[in-house]
Amino acid sequence: MEKYQFDVAIVGAGGAGLRAAIAVAQADPKLRVALISKVYPMRSHTVAAEGGAAGVVRDDDSLQKHFEDTVAGGDWLCEQDVVDYFVHHTTEELYQLEHWGCPWSRKPNGDINVRRFGGMKVPRTWFAADKSGFHMLHTLFQTSVKFPSIHRFDEHFVLDLLVEDGICRGVVCYDLQNGIFRQINAKCVFLATGGAGRCYLFNTNGGIVTGDGQALAYRHGVPLRDMEFVQYHPTGLLGCGLLMTEGCRGEGGVLYNKDHYRYLQDYGLGPETPVGHPKNKYMELGPRDKLSQAFWNESKKGRTIKYPLGEAVLLDLTHLGEKYLHERLPLICELAMTYSGVDPVKAPVPVRPVVHYTMGGIETDGRTATRMEGLYAAGECASVGIHGANRLGSNSLVETVVFGKAGGDAMAERAHKVEDYDSPELARQAEEAEKRALSLFDIKGTDSQGKIRHEMGQTMEEGVGIYREEEGMQKTIDTLKKLKERYKNVGITDRGRVFNTEWMNLIELGYTLDVAQTMVYSAINRKESRGSHQRLDGPNGAYKERDDKNFLKHSLAFLNKETGLPEIKLQDVKITTFQPAKRVYGAAAEKAEAERAAKAKAAQEAK
Amino acid sequence: MADTDIEKKMKITVLRYRPEQDDKPWDQTFEVPYHHGTSLLEALFYIKDNLEPSLSFRWSCRMAICGSCGMMVNNVPHLACKTFLRDYDGQEIRVEPLANFPIERDLVVDLSDLIEKIELIKPYIIPSAKDAKMPLNRNFKQSPMQMEAYLQFAQCINCGCCYAACPQYKLNPKFIGPAALTLLYRYNIDSRDSGALQRLPFLNSENGVWGCTFVGYCSEVCPKKVDPSSAIQLGKKMSATDYVIKLVKPEE
Repeated sequence: MEKYQFDVAIVGAGGAGLRAAIAVAQADPKLRVALISKVYPMRSHTVAAEGGAAGVVRDDDSLQKHFEDTVAGGDWLCEQDVVDYFVHHTTEELYQLEHWGCPWSRKPNGDINVRRFGGMKVPRTWFAADKSGFHMLHTLFQTSVKFPSIHRFDEHFVLDLLVEDGICRGVVCYDLQNGIFRQINAKCVFLATGGAGRCYLFNTNGGIVTGDGQALAYRHGVPLRDMEFVQYHPTGLLGCGLLMTEGCRGEGGVLYNKDHYRYLQDYGLGPETPVGHPKNKYMELGPRDKLSQAFWNESKKGRTIKYPLGEAVLLDLTHLGEKYLHERLPLICELAMTYSGVDPVKAPVPVRPVVHYTMGGIETDGRTATRMEGLYAAGECASVGIHGANRLGSNSLVETVVFGKAGGDAMAERAHKVEDYDSPELARQAEEAEKRALSLFDIKGTDSQGKIRHEMGQTMEEGVGIYREEEGMQKTIDTLKKLKERYKNVGITDRGRVFNTEWMNLIELGYTLDVAQTMVYSAINRKESRGSHQRLDGPNGAYKERDDKNFLKHSLAFLNKETGLPEIKLQDVKITTFQPAKRVYGAAAEKAEAERAAKAKAAQEAK
Repeated sequence: MADTDIEKKMKITVLRYRPEQDDKPWDQTFEVPYHHGTSLLEALFYIKDNLEPSLSFRWSCRMAICGSCGMMVNNVPHLACKTFLRDYDGQEIRVEPLANFPIERDLVVDLSDLIEKIELIKPYIIPSAKDAKMPLNRNFKQSPMQMEAYLQFAQCINCGCCYAACPQYKLNPKFIGPAALTLLYRYNIDSRDSGALQRLPFLNSENGVWGCTFVGYCSEVCPKKVDPSSAIQLGKKMSATDYVIKLVKPEE
């Protein structure tokens, strides 16, 4: 096994990983950075993000408004001090990307343009047409090339963390191209491995989004926080599940059911806004959880349209015209044409909710440190605390750079304080990890990993979908347990070491199964409805409501090493200035806001 | 929406090569069911899940943006996720790894040469001394028209299809090649950039734009319509003498 010594080892080279690497390199060019990715950096799933990134720039906007939209959007399950830090740093990070060459769309005067997004009170979403993630990722990758202290390990798959005395001291990985193992010692390890959308069958995610980082941390006793909150994006293409960005609705796209009725007005998002005049936080610009729930209810009422590939509603963009669509939403036009055979310029696109984003993740503090010394996490794999029970669109792209930077700075600081470390124990752990990975070749079983993967995705959709009930969740728990048993009986036909994807995918599946379990155990324990976690059960339907008395709490999923199952504990939520209130949109939101303002005014006058 | 009910079958031959077992590449043929919406990538999933689990290929996003799944399809470079079996109705498909790159394993090629060339040409904004101090509360002024000038050339997903198509790269592996030269040109004409002089040695070397004989096949196969051959022709203009003189003159 080859061995290396670095100051910082970053696992994952998407938005968060690249931004962290650059931050370390800028903090001190003498610090040695290992940037480890199981793909080439520009393949990372950040590349697929379409709509944009939130950062306050307009005169009619304020950091306070972004803060309130985010906390209310998360149904008050956000760490408010962290959200405060976040909104204070988004705009500078987006300007930083601009300086590095990101082609953010412009106003005629040459300044940054912003678009509307769901759940945001003021247009504040920076966008690079509808390829925002693509341009951010390539800008970051290309900029990273400038820094000779960043040593990349492309196509290296991480098998385990190296932990001694409770301190994270490195990773062990498999080099796909050469078929060999490497031990990478480091003073800090940064997990930036992305989400776990591949727990579900029907998702917008790339094949690489398998929850690797979450599983690695969880297996070492670091809890995963708020894993029950899985975001369904309301507008995915039928069949493949590819994403039609929320930017479609931000630009004025509308949703119809089978009766050509804008059904969202029946779900607390109205009154109906005129076509071509989108209004922030109304109708199609409501938050994702509410829109996906509305679809589910429309389906129950028999008001969706049935296609051979499933039920759908219609996303209509035709009124925006060819020129505007090709300028603002070129990728959407390309995807709808290629994968659905529909030209959005000419006809509405059939869409349905699809699993998109993991709100929860590795528990960290507000600057990306986990509770294990030396281990940090950021981006979708982490729960730094800004998304709560429902993420607002365009908060996650900017999250990657805000907390990538914060993590890079924190690690540079630690790297200056602690010494290089190596020990026979670390070598022993690395060899153990290698042996464990290689032992998969010895299994003579007959089960198929493809089948297990499929059944996992199916049972997750059935048990922990848009609406949830105890019975369904219990069934999913039982099924996952059986699948984990069957996992031990999967044989590998490919005996090679070089680019053996059959073997690597099997290890990934092990990660994904662990993460799936944390999702359903967290969900069954949360006996209320909040954000993307909606229940239909409880005594007299009690769990259908939000229950702040018992559940204004984070869920923490710990691995119980004896049972091999998640154990769920609750953790207080940090509330600073914004007290929990009813979460409302549309006209109801304006009414609530007027009442709040009147009350504040009265209080002011009383003083 | 297309009719998804009719299922047909197609013969797909894949070039196999496992470096630890095979002396040389060999063919393996599969019969794959498909319907109107089946992409070549999905056909490969079917093969891997049901017929030959040891078949290796790269993929991720399924939506032609991550650039992982470039391969030769009946001798033409394509993204597997954007290639549909329906377009080969009544024919057979032969899938091979991207041409002009060393084969690593099955459909996986060694792309390091492409990545190194991208790194070589200084693919980042090199600001003027004055702009380098711009604070993080404002942006460069860049009009939509100034952005339009380079935007198309910033759409490259690094899939390698253009290198597989390029007859010059095949003859001379030192040729910087379509994607990297396009990226070089993209930064040179970005109004925020002042680094053209630093990129000049790559632009006008014999392995730079002048290595291109304007066959234009790179642009034909580009899955993102980046049009590298036009970027290279524009780069030749840029590399022409009077322009270079202008660059070497000190800043006014």
